[in-house]
Amino acid sequence: MSIAVETFEEPYEPALVADAGPAPKQIVVAYGFWIFLLSDIVMFSALFASYAVLVNATDGGPTGAQLFNQTRVAIETACLLLSSYACGLMSLAIRSQHRLGTYVGAAITFVLGAAFLELELQEFASMAAAGATPQRSAFLSAFFTLVGCHGLHVTIGLLWLVVMMAQVAARGYRATVVRRLFCFSMFWHTLDIIWVGIFSVVYLIGSLA
Amino acid sequence: MRPGLRDGGRAFALIAVASLGGCSQGVLDPQGPVASAQRLILLDSLGIMLAIVVPTILATLGVAFWFRASNTRTIYWPEWRYSGRLEMIVWSIPAMTVMLLGSLCWVASHDLDPGRPLASSPKPLPIQVVSLDWKWLFIYPEQGIAGVNTLTVPVGTPLSFALTSSGVMNSFFVPQLGSQIYTMGKMTTRLYLQADNPGVFQGRSFNFSGDGFSDMHFLVHAVTPDEFAAWAAKTKGAGPALDPQSYAELEKPSQAVPPFTFGSVSPGLFTTIAGGTMPPLAAPQRHEHQ
Amino acid sequence: MNLLGKLSWNVIPFDQPIPLLASALMVFAILLILLWITVRGHWPYLWREWLTSVDHKRIGVMYCVLGLVMLLRGFTDAIMMRSQQALAAGGAQGYLPPEHYDQIFSAHGVIMIFFMAMPMMIGLMNFAVPLQLGVRDVAFPTLNSVSLWLTASGVLLTNLSLFIGEFAKTGWMNYPPLSELQYSPGVGPDYYLWALQISGIGTLMTGINFVTTILKIRAPGMRYMRMPVFCWTALATNLLIVAAFPVLTAAFAMLLLDRYLGFHFFTVDGQGNMMMYVNLFWVWGHPEVYILVLPAFGIFSEVVATFSGKPLFGYRSMVAATMAICILSFLVWLHHFFTMGAGANVNAVFGIMSMIIAVPTGVKIFNWLFTMYAGRVRFQVPILWSIGFMVTFAIGGMTGVLLAVPPADFVLHNSLFLIAHFHNVIIGGVFFGAMAGYNYWFPKAFGFRLNERWGAGAFWCWFVGFYLAFMPLYVLGLMGMTRRMQHYDNLSWQPWLMVAAFGALVILAGIVCQIVQLIVSIRDRDALRDTTGDPWNGRTLEWSTASPPPPWNYAVLPRVEGVDAFWIQKRRARLGQPASVGPPGYEPIEMPKNSPTGFIIAFFAVVTGFALIWHIWWMAIIGAIGAFVTLLFFAFRETEEIEIPAAEVARADRAYQTGAAG
Repeated sequence: MSIAVETFEEPYEPALVADAGPAPKQIVVAYGFWIFLLSDIVMFSALFASYAVLVNATDGGPTGAQLFNQTRVAIETACLLLSSYACGLMSLAIRSQHRLGTYVGAAITFVLGAAFLELELQEFASMAAAGATPQRSAFLSAFFTLVGCHGLHVTIGLLWLVVMMAQVAARGYRATVVRRLFCFSMFWHTLDIIWVGIFSVVYLIGSLA
Repeated sequence: MRPGLRDGGRAFALIAVASLGGCSQGVLDPQGPVASAQRLILLDSLGIMLAIVVPTILATLGVAFWFRASNTRTIYWPEWRYSGRLEMIVWSIPAMTVMLLGSLCWVASHDLDPGRPLASSPKPLPIQVVSLDWKWLFIYPEQGIAGVNTLTVPVGTPLSFALTSSGVMNSFFVPQLGSQIYTMGKMTTRLYLQADNPGVFQGRSFNFSGDGFSDMHFLVHAVTPDEFAAWAAKTKGAGPALDPQSYAELEKPSQAVPPFTFGSVSPGLFTTIAGGTMPPLAAPQRHEHQ
Repeated sequence: MNLLGKLSWNVIPFDQPIPLLASALMVFAILLILLWITVRGHWPYLWREWLTSVDHKRIGVMYCVLGLVMLLRGFTDAIMMRSQQALAAGGAQGYLPPEHYDQIFSAHGVIMIFFMAMPMMIGLMNFAVPLQLGVRDVAFPTLNSVSLWLTASGVLLTNLSLFIGEFAKTGWMNYPPLSELQYSPGVGPDYYLWALQISGIGTLMTGINFVTTILKIRAPGMRYMRMPVFCWTALATNLLIVAAFPVLTAAFAMLLLDRYLGFHFFTVDGQGNMMMYVNLFWVWGHPEVYILVLPAFGIFSEVVATFSGKPLFGYRSMVAATMAICILSFLVWLHHFFTMGAGANVNAVFGIMSMIIAVPTGVKIFNWLFTMYAGRVRFQVPILWSIGFMVTFAIGGMTGVLLAVPPADFVLHNSLFLIAHFHNVIIGGVFFGAMAGYNYWFPKAFGFRLNERWGAGAFWCWFVGFYLAFMPLYVLGLMGMTRRMQHYDNLSWQPWLMVAAFGALVILAGIVCQIVQLIVSIRDRDALRDTTGDPWNGRTLEWSTASPPPPWNYAVLPRVEGVDAFWIQKRRARLGQPASVGPPGYEPIEMPKNSPTGFIIAFFAVVTGFALIWHIWWMAIIGAIGAFVTLLFFAFRETEEIEIPAAEVARADRAYQTGAAG
C-alpha cells in the first residue's frame, strides 16, 4: 500500500480550530506556562490546607492575632499590587517594542517587588526576635512555610526579571524573548492572586480570631 | 440482585475460602460480634462481586478463544463499533452492583464504626492501650493493673479501648475480635470490641513502626468473667508498679519483650501519656489534641 | 564546620556483607559498561544522538531502558523479601537483619513505582503520543529532555544509597513520625525525599508538556473525538500529574523542613499533625495509581482493537470512562487510611466513591470484550498480555472493591491481603500494559520485531508466576499476617510464603525470557525486519510512517478524517481514492536542536541532592548555581532549531514509500 503525496483536489480549508493543525508557538508556550501556574497553585493549595489544619496548633505559643501587623501587611499588599500594575505597563511597552518603557516598567516592578520582600523579611525577623520562630509550634511552621514559599516565588521572579532585562538588552524583542516576557508577567500576576489568598486567609482571618 | 443468587454467591465464597485451609486464628475465624459482622460483610461483598467477575473472566477467555483468527466459522463484523443497547447494559451492570454495595457500605460503616459502643448489656470494661517501641502496654484503669504484651479480657463483656502511642504510629489489631485502629502520639483513638468465646487470640501491630516491629505481638486471653476477676485480684499488688519512672524505662526501645504485668498503676497516667484530658467513654471518634 | 558534612568512611557498609556485595556488583557492572563504551569509541555517538537528544522517540526509549533496568533492581529486592519470609519462620531469623530488611522493602516500593512503572509509562507515552497525534514532537522538547534526566537523577541518588549511607527504613510512603529526625536520625529518609523531589520536578514537567501537546499540537483534522484512545488516556494521566504531583512536592517539602530546620508539621511535639501527612500523601497517592494504570488502559485499547481486526468498541464510552476515572481518582484518597479513625460518615462516603470508580473501569473491560467479539483475534504477544490483564485486573479490581467497604478494610488494612490486591492491579494492569506496549511499539522504534516465542514464554512465566506469588498472600492476609514482617512465629504461614517465593522464581524465569527475547531479536534482526512500517496491520497514525520513523516523524503532516486515521487512509488507498493530504512536494522542516541542558542540569541536581542529604552546604550551593547557570546558557543560545533540507526529507520518504509498497 502506498500513501503517496498526490495532488489534492480541492483546497483544504479548516472549518474548525481543531482542524487547523498544531497551534502557533506563542499560544503553545503561553498555554504550557499557564498549566505550570495551575500546578503551582495546586502546591500552594496544599500549603493553604496545611495552614488551615494547623492554624490553632500554637502549642501554648503566640497566635496570629498576637503577631500580625495589619499596617505592614497593607503596605506589602499595596507594593505587590502596584508592582503588578507596573508589570502591566511594561507589557504594553514590550508590545510596542519601546525599550525605555520596558526598562522603566521593569525597574518599577522590581523595586516594588523588592520592597515587598524587604517588608516581609522585616516581619519574619521581628517575629523571630519575639520568640515566634517556625520551630516554636506547628502553627508557626505552617505560617512561615506558606508565606515564605510565596516570598521565595517573588524572589525567583525578581531574579527572572533581571535575566529577562539582560535578554532584552542582548537580543532585543526577538520572538522567544517576547514569549518569555509574557510568561513572566503571567507569573507575576499569579503571585498577586496567591498573595490575595494569603492576605485573606492568613492575615485577615487570623486577626479576627 | 435475587436473594438466591446472592446466597449462592456467599456460599460459594465461603466454601472457596474455607477450603483454602489454615483459616483458624484469622479474619475468617471470628470470636466476637464485631469480627463476625465483618466476616459476614466480607463474604457478602465477595459473593456479589464474584457474580460479576467470574462470568466476565469466563466471557473474556471464551470470546478470545472462540473468535481466534484461525476460526473462520465465526461471524466477522469488521465495522461493528457501537451498540446503544449494549452500552446501556455495560454501564448499568457495574452501576447497579455499586449501588447495592454502596448501600451495604453505608449501613455497615455506621454499624461497625470502631468508636461506636456495642449493644451489649454488661457495663463496658475500659482498657487503655499504649503502643511503644516495640511492645504494647495495656492499662486497666478500673482494676488499677497493667500488662505488657499480654491482654486478659472477660468474655461477653464489651471492651472499651482508648488508644494512644508513645511516639510513632502503630495499629492495634486482634484479627479474631475485629476492627483495627491506628495509635498516634498525643492523640486518643477509640475502639469497641468483645470476645464471645474463651480462648487465646493473636494480636499484633498492623502498622510498621521500625526495626522491632515483627516482634510487636501479644496474646489476648479471653476468660470467663469470674476468671477475669480472679486474675485481676491476683495481679493487683503483685509485680512492679507502673508509674512515671517505670513508664520512662518502658519507653526506651526494646524488642521481643516477654509478657509481664504491673501490680499497680499511677492514676491518670494514660491521660498524661495521651497528652490531654480523657474524652468520655461513649464519645464518637475524636483525635483529641493538646 | 566539617567540610564534608556527615560524610565519612563509616557510611560505606564495609561491615555488612550483603549491601557491600550488591554495591560492588553494581559499581562493577556500571564501570564495565562505561569502559566498553570508551574502548569502542561510542561516546561521541552516545552524546550526540542520545544524551543530548530532545527527540521524543529517543527520550521515550531512554525512559523505557531506565524502567527496565530498575525492574531488575526492584525485582532483586522482591526476591530477597520473598526468600527472607520463606525462611524466617518460628525462631529462625532468615539472612536479612531488620535494619537491612526494612530498607529493602522501602526501596522495593519506591523503585517499582517511581523508577520502573512511571518511566515505562512515560516512556511509552513519549514515544507514541506525538506519532499518534500526527505531529513532529511534543510542545517543549528540551523540557522533555530535562524531565528524563531529572528522573535519572532520582534513580542515581536512590542507588547511591546502597553503598554510601543507607536508604529509608520507613516503607515506601515514609510516614512520620517514624520518618522524622527523632525516630530516623540517619540519612535514609533524606535520600528518599531528595531523590523523589528531584524526579518529581521532572515528572511534573512531563505532565505540563503532554497536556499542552495533546490539547494544542495535533495534526490537521485531528479533533478531540478523532484522537486515538491512548492519547485520551495520556491526556487524563498528564492532567492527573499536573494536579497531583504538586501536593507530593508540598508534603515532602514540609517533611524536609521538619527534618532539616526543626519545623513541627508532622512531629508529635509542637502540636504537629501526622495525620496531615497521611492525607497529603494519599491525595497524591491515589491519583498516582491512576497515572500508572490509565496509559495501560490506553495501550490495551489500541492492542485489542488492532489484534482483533476491528475498531475499538464504544469509543465515546471509553473516552467518557477515561475522563470519569480522571476526575473520580481525586475523590477517593481516604480509603488508604480508613483505620485512622475519621468516623462513619467520612469513611462511608469515601468507600462509596471508591466503588463508583469501579464503574468506568468495568465499562472498559466490557468494551474490550465487545471489541474482540465478532473479530479475528490474532494471538500474538501483545494480545496475550492484554487478555492476561483482563483476567487478572478483574480479580484485582474485585478485591479493591472489597477493601473499599470500611468495615472489611478494618480487618484487612495493611495485611498481606492489601499487598496482594495492589500487586494484583499494578502487575496485572500497569506492568502487563507496559509489556504489551513494549512488544507492540518495539518494531516501530527499532525497525524489527521481537521474537514471538520468547515473548510468549515471558508472558506465561509472568502470568503463572504472578498467581503463584500473590494468591497465597490473599490467604495470608485473611490468616492475620501483616506486611513488612522480617520474621514471624506462626508456622502455619510458612507454606504459603514458600509457594509465594516459588512464584517469584517463576517470575524470574519470565524476566530471563524477556532478556533472552531481546538478545535473540537483536541477533535475528534482519530476519525480523519491519520494512513496511506497519507490522501489525495497525489502525493509528504511527503505523503510517517508517520503522523507525525519521526524526521529523512525517514528511508531510497527515490530514485526519476520523478515528483510526491510518485505517481510513488504507481504505482510501484500497478503494483507489486519492489520499487526503496537503499540497504536493517536500518542504524543509524545522526541528528543535539537540541540547545538553537536560543532562547537565540533572548532573547538578544530583550534586545538589547528594550535598543536601549529607549536609555539605557549600556543595549544595555550587550545585544550585550550576543548574541556574546551565539554564542561562540555554536561555541565551543563539539558535533554537535546525532546518532539515527538503531533499533529505524527500530521500527518507521515498525509501519509506518503497518499503511500504513492498
